Amino acid sequence: MRALRQPGLWLITGILGLWGLVILFLDDPTLRETSFTLLMFVALASSLNILLGYTGYVSFGHIVFFGLGGYLGFYLVAVQGCSLYLAALAGGLACSLLAVLIGLAVLRLRGAYFALATIGVNEAARAFVSNFTPFGGATGLSLDYSVYDLYGGSLKALWLSFILVWLISLAVVVTSYLVKQSRFGLGLMAIREDEDAAMTMGVKAPLAKTLAYALSALFPGIIGTIFFFKNGNVEPHDAFKLHMSIETLVMIMLGGQGTVLGPVLGGVAYERLRGYLLVSPLFKSLHLALSGLALLLIILFVPAGVVGWLRRRFPKLRGVLE
Amino acid sequence: MWQQVVNSLTDGFLLGFVYGLAAMGLSLIWGVMQVINLAHGVIITSGMLATYLMFLHLGINPYLGMLLVAALGLGLGLVIYAAAVHRVISAPHLSSLLATFAVNMIILGIFNAVFGGDQNNVDYSLGSLSLGFLNITVSRLLAALGAVLFCVFLYLFLYFTRTGKAIRAVSNNREAAELMGIPSAQVLALSFGLGSLLAAVAGALIATIFPFTIFSGGPFELKSFVICVLGGLGNPLGALIGGLALGLLEGLIPIWMPTSWVPVVEFGLFVTVLVVRPSGLLGAK
Repeated sequence: MRALRQPGLWLITGILGLWGLVILFLDDPTLRETSFTLLMFVALASSLNILLGYTGYVSFGHIVFFGLGGYLGFYLVAVQGCSLYLAALAGGLACSLLAVLIGLAVLRLRGAYFALATIGVNEAARAFVSNFTPFGGATGLSLDYSVYDLYGGSLKALWLSFILVWLISLAVVVTSYLVKQSRFGLGLMAIREDEDAAMTMGVKAPLAKTLAYALSALFPGIIGTIFFFKNGNVEPHDAFKLHMSIETLVMIMLGGQGTVLGPVLGGVAYERLRGYLLVSPLFKSLHLALSGLALLLIILFVPAGVVGWLRRRFPKLRGVLE
Repeated sequence: MWQQVVNSLTDGFLLGFVYGLAAMGLSLIWGVMQVINLAHGVIITSGMLATYLMFLHLGINPYLGMLLVAALGLGLGLVIYAAAVHRVISAPHLSSLLATFAVNMIILGIFNAVFGGDQNNVDYSLGSLSLGFLNITVSRLLAALGAVLFCVFLYLFLYFTRTGKAIRAVSNNREAAELMGIPSAQVLALSFGLGSLLAAVAGALIATIFPFTIFSGGPFELKSFVICVLGGLGNPLGALIGGLALGLLEGLIPIWMPTSWVPVVEFGLFVTVLVVRPSGLLGAK
């Protein structure tokens, strides 16, 4: 394993690992809640990056996997009485499978057509779930609080959710790193640069794209289950938020698309910025406009994101900032 | 039963013209510069708000106000193009998608801070016409007429003026048009302005039919995507026909199933058409 001997991997996993341990050690509920949101977005952005950054396919409605996985997992926990671990795994795997099926159709589209199709898939899923009675229709499902007793009470369950999201975010980052270093990842990046040329050089583009899509759908499904388990209820409006989907895109752009560290940095920076704007009395009502302005400035002037810019500016950092 | 079906279809058909007008704005911008304008919804909202504010504070008739709204939409489009789109016009699609989305966030954020999320209503009722068993709401009829008027205006502009020809030339092949001496930057800005004008006017017309909030533009933006895909992206006439088809569909579906299933059918159709025939049902192969 050549990847294990490189400093880039150890840098990111070290930081993420230490972060979780510090939170566990400090035992502070406020800190835990903030970190839960941050790590969730780090994981969502990193898994989307496998498709967007490496393969160059812009999935605007990627949140559909978070929503569907969350709904399925939640249904298994709340209605069928499955254990959380099993439900989360089922949610993730179901999303991967679904991604393969959807991917067979929509991955034939390129550029903006693909982006539009993913928005359509998300809206169709939202509209369908709002009418689907086993999932509670428009009002959604909610959890009987006695379920938390299986995990040692609601307080323990909150910590458990945090630990799970922390471990998942570590897993996503390691996966993202390994994919980037692998032959498979090289194929994906070749597709990003020029799909036709890549196919001529022997990259099996349809297979590689479908695998990347399935991989990037796996983790959102798992995280969705954990998120809604912690939340205690799930509604179509919360599960398929197009806005949240685009926020993860913003995080990737902010940090640097196609890098492993970028989505992690971008996720943390964007969430912190939004958190600050939301509580600041001066900017509270304008937070959406200011986030938009920040995004516009990045797109126009630093399209490679922070990590991309650093890599270009300081070539020596390239070995460390993957 | 039949009376209900005919009335429902007529309502859908008339609304379809307005849908078509909104979608035409999106389609024009895509056709000329291959940019999907994610600020489309918020421009529609601007049209609604402008009509509402002018009616409320200045007492301007919403139908006459349309001309002012059109000017406003054109100006807004020019500003958005200059500020956000021009720099990323040749960049990968993600950049222009996110740049227009950023504009969407900025404008929506400002609206939210200034006007809040309350429901607004242009209180200007014209009653309804009865022709035999057919009942037509006058505001819908006028909205359809307004939409047709603007479509005709767009057609005449694109096909019978020098500037219109320049827009079509740039849409056809930007480099070749530049070689013929067409200032493509100005033409692109004007096209974006026109697209935004159509969206704002559609918003103004919608405001005369339905009450709205500042977030109401979003669903119409999604509908515009569906319509553009049905009619073929970049084909203004296709957008009008797609709008009529969608309007009829919305009138037709509630006869068989609950209204809440309408979006399922719409977006299902949208994805299917995109996958099976990305050039649209009416587009050339």
